[in-house]
Amino acid sequence: MKLIFELSVRGREGASLPKLDVPERELGIPDAQLRGDVPLPEVSEVDVVRHYTALSKMNFGVDSGFYPLGSCTMKYSPKVNEAIASLSGFTSVHPYQSEGLSQGCLQILHELSADLAEITGMDAFTLQPAAGAQGELVGLMMAKAYFRKRGERRTKVLVPDSAHGTNPASAVVCGYEVVELPSDSRGGVDMSELKDKATGDVAALMLTNPNTLGLFEEKIIEISEIVHENGGLMYCDGANMNAILGVARPGDMGFDITHLNLHKTFSAPHGGGGPGSGPVGVKAPLEPFLPRPTIQRDGERYILNYDRPDSIGRVKAFYGNFAVLVKAYAYIRALGPDGLKEVAENAVLNANYLMHRLKGAYELPYDRTCKHEFVLSGVKQLAHGVHTIDIAKRIIDYGFHPPTIYFPLIVKEALMIEPTETEGKETLDAFADAMLQIAEEAVRDPDLLKAAPKTAPVTRPDALTAARRPNLRWRMADDRPE
Amino acid sequence: MVRFVVNTDRERREMMDSIGIESIEELFKDIDEEIVLRRPLKLRHSLSEQELLDELRGISERNADANGYARFLGAGAYDHFIPSLVPHLTGRSEFYTSYTPYQAEISQGILQAIYEFQSFICQLTGMDVANASMYDGASALAEAAVMASNVSKRREVVVSSTIHPEYREVVRTYAEAHGLEVKEIGWDDGATSVSEAANATSERTAAVLVQNPNFFGIVEELSEMERIVHGKGALLVACVVEPTSLGLLKPPGEFGADIVAGEGQGLGNGINFGGPHLGFLAARQAFLQKMPGRLVGMTADTRGRRCFIMTLQAREQHVRREKATSNVCTNQALNALAATIFLAALGKGGFTRLSNLNAQKARYLRVRILELKGFEPVFSRPFYNEFVVKCPVDPAIINERLEGYGIIGGLPLRRHYGGLGWSWLLCATERDTKSDIDRLVDALRGIAG
Repeated sequence: MKLIFELSVRGREGASLPKLDVPERELGIPDAQLRGDVPLPEVSEVDVVRHYTALSKMNFGVDSGFYPLGSCTMKYSPKVNEAIASLSGFTSVHPYQSEGLSQGCLQILHELSADLAEITGMDAFTLQPAAGAQGELVGLMMAKAYFRKRGERRTKVLVPDSAHGTNPASAVVCGYEVVELPSDSRGGVDMSELKDKATGDVAALMLTNPNTLGLFEEKIIEISEIVHENGGLMYCDGANMNAILGVARPGDMGFDITHLNLHKTFSAPHGGGGPGSGPVGVKAPLEPFLPRPTIQRDGERYILNYDRPDSIGRVKAFYGNFAVLVKAYAYIRALGPDGLKEVAENAVLNANYLMHRLKGAYELPYDRTCKHEFVLSGVKQLAHGVHTIDIAKRIIDYGFHPPTIYFPLIVKEALMIEPTETEGKETLDAFADAMLQIAEEAVRDPDLLKAAPKTAPVTRPDALTAARRPNLRWRMADDRPE
Repeated sequence: MVRFVVNTDRERREMMDSIGIESIEELFKDIDEEIVLRRPLKLRHSLSEQELLDELRGISERNADANGYARFLGAGAYDHFIPSLVPHLTGRSEFYTSYTPYQAEISQGILQAIYEFQSFICQLTGMDVANASMYDGASALAEAAVMASNVSKRREVVVSSTIHPEYREVVRTYAEAHGLEVKEIGWDDGATSVSEAANATSERTAAVLVQNPNFFGIVEELSEMERIVHGKGALLVACVVEPTSLGLLKPPGEFGADIVAGEGQGLGNGINFGGPHLGFLAARQAFLQKMPGRLVGMTADTRGRRCFIMTLQAREQHVRREKATSNVCTNQALNALAATIFLAALGKGGFTRLSNLNAQKARYLRVRILELKGFEPVFSRPFYNEFVVKCPVDPAIINERLEGYGIIGGLPLRRHYGGLGWSWLLCATERDTKSDIDRLVDALRGIAG
């Protein structure tokens, strides 16, 4: 495919602008501050439309087909949410127009905070973080502020070896030392290791529950007790909340801080990698440290409260990714309490059914009831010289998006599969049939897998050259270095 | 009731039979009785699609939107016209229902679009490399400060107080987490004080952060700042909050900026009550390995065809975990796509004319307001599409009155800049017609005259 820059024809234009309707004046900006030509392409409107339509056809989304990308909850995003988020009474509201003219937006934020608090069993929420990783950062900043206020100095954060990469990265960004916690043979936290490592200098344990193996932490109550006895806080990475909606709540398990990924559990589309939204809920003792401003109700009016002396400050301009928040709000309102519980039940049933169908042909390192996802290992196929990446690429030829691969790190040749509740049995069966076929192909014709995919717009990219001689941008011909 | 689950009771039964369970509850037996929720969530009952849409439309109508009001408010979120092709193309579900392009072979669409976005940001800012987007301008600036500290191995950042107040607050929040010291410097006639910058910058300074055009709309003197900053071996971080200014103003790269962090909302993205917007971060080639966020590179497939892939991932959290350059994972890809399409559609001629329209409308607005009795200029320096005037009465009261005229006024600066008293930050864009502006001036004559 050509780049948009390569379609440029001198003199073409793709947008119309209004004529200047005020008297033209000298700008009064010195020449030294002005630029020459802006080096942008010159293309017509139809050129732009065809180019990006062609690109869209080279992309696979949830609407294209089954997308069992583990840990990402690639559920169907209801179209009504797009219609709602596109209402001009939401899209064009300015964050600094008066509170009186923004009551609708503030109402959404206030009620969504309350709904999320009820769903997670927390006491208060901030909707400011733009994504899960920023939510983690906010959660840990609040933990830090909480201990400082108490005059305690705690320097460590415990992170299981099965955790998302963002967990240790966020802890380090927040100035903590990361102490890795090994998993036990059942895929949960190793209790004796926890007892050793939950010392008085530990600020928090960051735990994903269900964890990244798709397994519920069976000893969660005991885990919370151990951490709390040592004065630490329990942090829940809520990326996997889809498994337990209406069934169990992080707040009841002893978690003090929880972040959610609204683009996962609460159906906001993933946007090709964002925008997401990563609200953070806390128990009452941490409430004073929430980012500024908070949204409060004052009689019949909703107001922004900036008077928060203990707040960690802010991590983003304005109030959060509002258009994503409104989709989550609509999703919760559409489903109600029973609908949300049904989501969890069906997500878990779908995952267990698929796991049941695949566990013979593929190694299942932790063979127990899973929650919303499960992790297979490609070790049986490795014996035939086939790696998990080859399996994943072959899945593309069968018309599916591959699962998450090589994560969590504790499973060799991992395939992490999350079907979600918005898939029917026939889709799960078609995927299972393809996976079983691929397992046979791995024995019979390993080269077929190694050459995959064959049906995609391109074959495997040369990643090594991409990293060794990075080409990260287009340049005009006369602007390219020799 | 709306249901997005697919399977019927019968299909569920078949699946349970196949697994060998009697009920779905059995799948939750590993959750301790003590923490199983024994009651329904206390949420409002479910709604049909029609009820939902009616309810949400009703809530949206409790807001005042730009269609019903003339608006002269910018301050970090700008009313620019969004050509119809932008939402049409970003609304292609192959784009918006996909995720991070881990599987390059079936993600070429978003990967190439991000490569084009990176290219556009480089072209606009005059920098060598740009990443695939950040959360917003404020967090991009904070990440730039952290990056500058990592590059220079110094722990102090100097921040101009003419930077957007919320951006400065985000920088302070991130700096606190990273253990960086923040020094703020003042202004002189609305632009960052060169003498304060010179005094504050030392061999301990990692970076000096300057916004251009700054929060007051003023075009900063970046060339003098560059000499001061580089004279002490520090990095110059330029922040761009109003990206359409780059159609007119010399790009930060040409002033010797080392990192450019900015906000791209003005490029084809709605205001959306403050988000999602999109941050961008661009840098000199030498700092590539210290950049946060995702990067897309061009390469070839096994048959030698051009293709795109996420690259240099050894900087990132999912590979490096605690050793990553930042914790950023999900970013603002769809907003970056909108900006890419917007810039492609406007192109070389259109983007320049857009900038000029903004500058001209703002000049007309300023001239007309200053004709009114009691309204006075606060600063005399060149500006882009925002400027500050001093009002004869509290601008918060003016704004309240203007609502009655169907007008949303500018930002009263007293909350963020107490010393500026009754100062009012006004913005004009290509959206504001001459008659909107004249209407504002007439209303002001009535209110404050």
